[in-house]
Amino acid sequence: MKKAVKLSLFMLLAFSLVLAACGNNNSGNSASTGSEGEGSKAGSDIKIGMVTDTGGVNDKSFNETSWEALQALKEEQGIKVEYLQSTSEADYQPNLNKFVKGGYDLTWGIGFALESALGEIAKQNPDSNFAIIDAAVDAPNVESVLFSENEGAFLVGVVAGKMTKTNKIGFVGGMESPTIKKFEIGFKAGIEASNPDAEFTAVYASGFDKPDEGKAAASTLYNEGVDIVFQAAGGTGNGVFNEAKDRKGQGQEVWVIGVDKDQSLDFGDDITLTSMIKRVDVAIKTVSQQVIDGTFKGGTTTVLGLKEDGVGIADTSSANVPQEVLDEVESYKEKIVSGEIEVPTVK
Amino acid sequence: MSKFLKWFASDSFVVSLAAIVMGLLLGAVVMLTGGYNPITAYMALLKGVFGSPYGFGEALREMAPLVLTGLAVAFAFRAGMFNIGAAGQVLLGMTGASLIGIKLTGLPAIIHAPLAIIVGGLFGGLWAALAGYIKAKRGVNEVITTIMLNWIALFLCNYIVRTFLLLPGNQRSLDVESSAWVSIGWLSEMMGNARVHWGILVAILASIFFYYFLWKTKQGFELRAVGSNPEAARYAGINVNKNIVKAMFISGVFAGLAGAFETLGVFHYQSVYSSLPGYGFNGIAVALLGMTHPFGVLAGAGLFGTLTYGSSEMSFEAGVPSEIIQIVIGSIIFFIAAQGIVRYLLKPVYKRKKEKVL
Amino acid sequence: MAAAAPVVELKQITKRFPGIVANDSISIKLHKGEIHALLGENGAGKSTLMNILFGLYQPDEGHIEINGQSVAIDSPNKAIDLGIGMVHQHFKLVQPFTVTENIILGMEPSKGGVQIDYKTASEKVKQLSDQYGFRVDPNAKIEDISVGMQQRVEILKTLYRGANILIFDEPTAVLTPQEISELIEIMRRLVAEGKSIILITHKLKEIMSVSDTVTIIRRGKVIDTVKTNETSPSQLAEKMVGRNVSFKVDKTPAQPKEKIIQVNNVSIKNKDGISLLDGMTFDVHAGEIVGVAGVDGNGQTEIIEALSGLRKIDSGSIVLNGKEIGSHTPRQISEAGVGHIPEDRHKHGLVLDFSVSENMVLESYYKQPYTKRGFLNFRAINDLAKRLVESFDVRTPSIHTKARSLSGGNQQKAIIAREINKNPDFLIAAQPTRGLDVGAIEFVQTQLIRQRDQGKAVLLVSFELDEILNVSDRIIVVYEGKVIGEVRPEETNDQELGLMMAGSRQGGIKA
Repeated sequence: MKKAVKLSLFMLLAFSLVLAACGNNNSGNSASTGSEGEGSKAGSDIKIGMVTDTGGVNDKSFNETSWEALQALKEEQGIKVEYLQSTSEADYQPNLNKFVKGGYDLTWGIGFALESALGEIAKQNPDSNFAIIDAAVDAPNVESVLFSENEGAFLVGVVAGKMTKTNKIGFVGGMESPTIKKFEIGFKAGIEASNPDAEFTAVYASGFDKPDEGKAAASTLYNEGVDIVFQAAGGTGNGVFNEAKDRKGQGQEVWVIGVDKDQSLDFGDDITLTSMIKRVDVAIKTVSQQVIDGTFKGGTTTVLGLKEDGVGIADTSSANVPQEVLDEVESYKEKIVSGEIEVPTVK
Repeated sequence: MSKFLKWFASDSFVVSLAAIVMGLLLGAVVMLTGGYNPITAYMALLKGVFGSPYGFGEALREMAPLVLTGLAVAFAFRAGMFNIGAAGQVLLGMTGASLIGIKLTGLPAIIHAPLAIIVGGLFGGLWAALAGYIKAKRGVNEVITTIMLNWIALFLCNYIVRTFLLLPGNQRSLDVESSAWVSIGWLSEMMGNARVHWGILVAILASIFFYYFLWKTKQGFELRAVGSNPEAARYAGINVNKNIVKAMFISGVFAGLAGAFETLGVFHYQSVYSSLPGYGFNGIAVALLGMTHPFGVLAGAGLFGTLTYGSSEMSFEAGVPSEIIQIVIGSIIFFIAAQGIVRYLLKPVYKRKKEKVL
Repeated sequence: MAAAAPVVELKQITKRFPGIVANDSISIKLHKGEIHALLGENGAGKSTLMNILFGLYQPDEGHIEINGQSVAIDSPNKAIDLGIGMVHQHFKLVQPFTVTENIILGMEPSKGGVQIDYKTASEKVKQLSDQYGFRVDPNAKIEDISVGMQQRVEILKTLYRGANILIFDEPTAVLTPQEISELIEIMRRLVAEGKSIILITHKLKEIMSVSDTVTIIRRGKVIDTVKTNETSPSQLAEKMVGRNVSFKVDKTPAQPKEKIIQVNNVSIKNKDGISLLDGMTFDVHAGEIVGVAGVDGNGQTEIIEALSGLRKIDSGSIVLNGKEIGSHTPRQISEAGVGHIPEDRHKHGLVLDFSVSENMVLESYYKQPYTKRGFLNFRAINDLAKRLVESFDVRTPSIHTKARSLSGGNQQKAIIAREINKNPDFLIAAQPTRGLDVGAIEFVQTQLIRQRDQGKAVLLVSFELDEILNVSDRIIVVYEGKVIGEVRPEETNDQELGLMMAGSRQGGIKA
């Protein structure tokens, strides 16, 4: 027993010494960072941060796209960029706060999941600037960016309507949420416009991280004779691609339409018919540029649609889609931009 | 007091401490190989938690559910069961609290908040008791049922939120009536708007309750007897089945309280979760860190909370990926679970000391 | 014989563990063709010594000579190379494997380095089995053969590996009387074929009947080494325990009074509909000990469980003090005045991770004064524990010591203390002396008789015929779930009882 006492005392002592050393260094550090102060900022002094949702920065989706966009800005303009990952929804507030306390000029919240947290922190820190993707936060210091996913989905709906051979088209959504619903409705409208006879089926999974469910959903659809599936399901969509790949290997003629970015680059154009692009990077760059230029106003909600090039169809689509279909897509696009066609957002 | 000192010198304490030090060292080695400076990283980590009132408040917020879920797992373990279902019980607790917090209006705070907390705890307790009941009646292993009930809980709670509580156009419930909030406003303000709430106090009280109930009461005696030798307990006339259900119920109440406080104290709404939140597995980790002793769980949650909450500061300040902290936590748990290794590594220390004495 | 160098000589072996000297300068010589018994109470250091010989422990001092050569045995493999084989008390066999497969496990003969050559192996096993009269079927599965046969497989395993020196660790603990006499035959055969045997046991009867030499160990020290034919059981017992022990339990004739318990036509079937108890009927009166004799598995466990409420009965009745208790819970029955010393102390009698004092109130913790307003009253509990530990001579460092760290005898004493303290009208004692050494056996039996003398009814279930004969006032013999005979101990002997237990004779001349 005596030995144990001595040992534990020894360890406590050692540990506290380490702590003390840390403490010293720490204070030195914070002093130096604190001295940066305010004053006017050259472009290189601008600091922009982003907080991911629980998907993390390597989600092969909008978190990743956003971070790539910020890094590109860093390359071009020499600004300082940083990200913080959230492991649970409770992390959103402290993560946003870190950027605020760190004196960042703009803090991005990526995804609608951050809506409440960002609204709260923006209210508590009226002097800091924020921006959020996919959600509208009504505060004078927040710039909100929404996308007209329905418009982009409309265009790939046209492609699907024209390209289907079985006249059956499917949709796999990650979760039944308002944002994902917008994809489905736009897609369906596009099909109806280009091929009123086509049958349409929508299936929802229980989350964005369930490739097994995605695979099962795709399997059901393909079994029913569907030959084109549009997935708006994040990681769950990977399962849709896997199922298509399996069936393609067995000689079945099936296609997947990708989402958010050009997914033929990830999954190959033998199964990726086309992709609906959501230009999160454009949004990130545009709003961040306003901060760099000193023109950031905040308090507004920007909706990026076809007109603003915020959504669209992948450039590589020509690999599988014949030119006449693409031409038709282009003409629909013009009609939407001109306001001749209004794509619905709700049923 | 002397008991307290004795505990400090006890073998398990020394082993835990050594496991923590080894885990931190291993993390340091990983950082070094990754080209990061471990000292700056750990400094940043500590600064994240202890450097500002906000950080400390938020770290407390992080710890509250860790303590409660840790207690849930530890309590069931003491009664001979492995509750893997804390995550589902937390969700049920959230839902119970949300239902009361949103649907009941016009109640004074002094009634509304406690009622929401109690209902949350009950929801979690009953959910866990269901697994206990199936075990007692049909002998189905609770590991299997609690895992399955986790998924049922996830979809059930999502369904309830979507159907009865939804904030239109969102993936979450309406806001909880402010009369049901359990935030500590003045403290929150003092701590730079950190979301401190009464949950941490309740968590501490819960661990004291755990200790007294299990070691000082008649019912605790029964539970411990059933936990360490159900056959002997049966021979001694103790109703084993009743105690299984009771133990799971209490375990579930702890988890349900964690959920209730997350809803009422932190978010003030309930999200539609696309997958099970990490509460359950964190609870298992904390219970292991605390060696299933209530005060150990408190300490374990303190450590776990400090490390996880501080890790974001570590990546923010020192640029070290926060995943490193997962390695540290993982290896600490590993060293605690694999005590043999720790004792083996400590051997030279003991031996050298012995020689010095001689 | 004595002129040749001993096959094994242990010289001045000392082994220390923290806080205890397990072996204190022990020297033993084993000659060729000799059965050398190692006698000592539980915890005397026999097993430690044999583990040193088998290479599981290293001695702190002293050394070992095999055939006059000094050797260092640093692992069981080394011991096997030196021709030492150990037959463990708990068999180490793979149940679904055949006899041959178990025997060759770890040293499988192979054809062309890949395929296992079962044919050669099973022939060799057969030949070994015949040579020593084992009558083991090399192709039978372990799970299908009796415990006695399994033990022979263990012996064959060592012989197959070329053992000349065999260590038997408590080999009779798990055997029936018939199997024991067969084992003794086998041991004689082995030494006749030139093997040498070390027999670890605390059963005097076996030592007297089989061994040539006895070494008595007490508290890690050799007390004496004697020729078996120059000693007597009482001398051995005295040396082993360190004081005078009487074998004949002192008791006066029973004076049975009113009927305490009546078991009437009780039947129990298992899930598959097989009868476990088939109309069992007997009674026990105040002031008598009724012994239940029978081969294991003839309904003893079931009737005990039925009597203590642990198992539901399908038909019949159990009446205690005029009240039916057949469908009562264990607690109700315990409160109605039944004490139960369970068959398996570790599994059923104690919570090993509880302290001695907690175990003392395992059945009464919820009563005044041990619980007050829902809280345990540790002062009352500890007072009780102290009193019981003292009056029943439970040797424990403290009442807060975990039951796990007590020796078997002291664990049993603790259980008996607890059950007797309940002051039951009816006391069930199932295998109360199993695995205990002479001193503890004496204590337990004396306690049972004292209970009888205080006017309690006692039911004694035991596989030790001597115990049944010595302690009981009346003996009932059970066979296939019913009572097939009743005898008085003074009017029978172990041969007759053995025959009745085998179901071959309907005894039952009630005086």
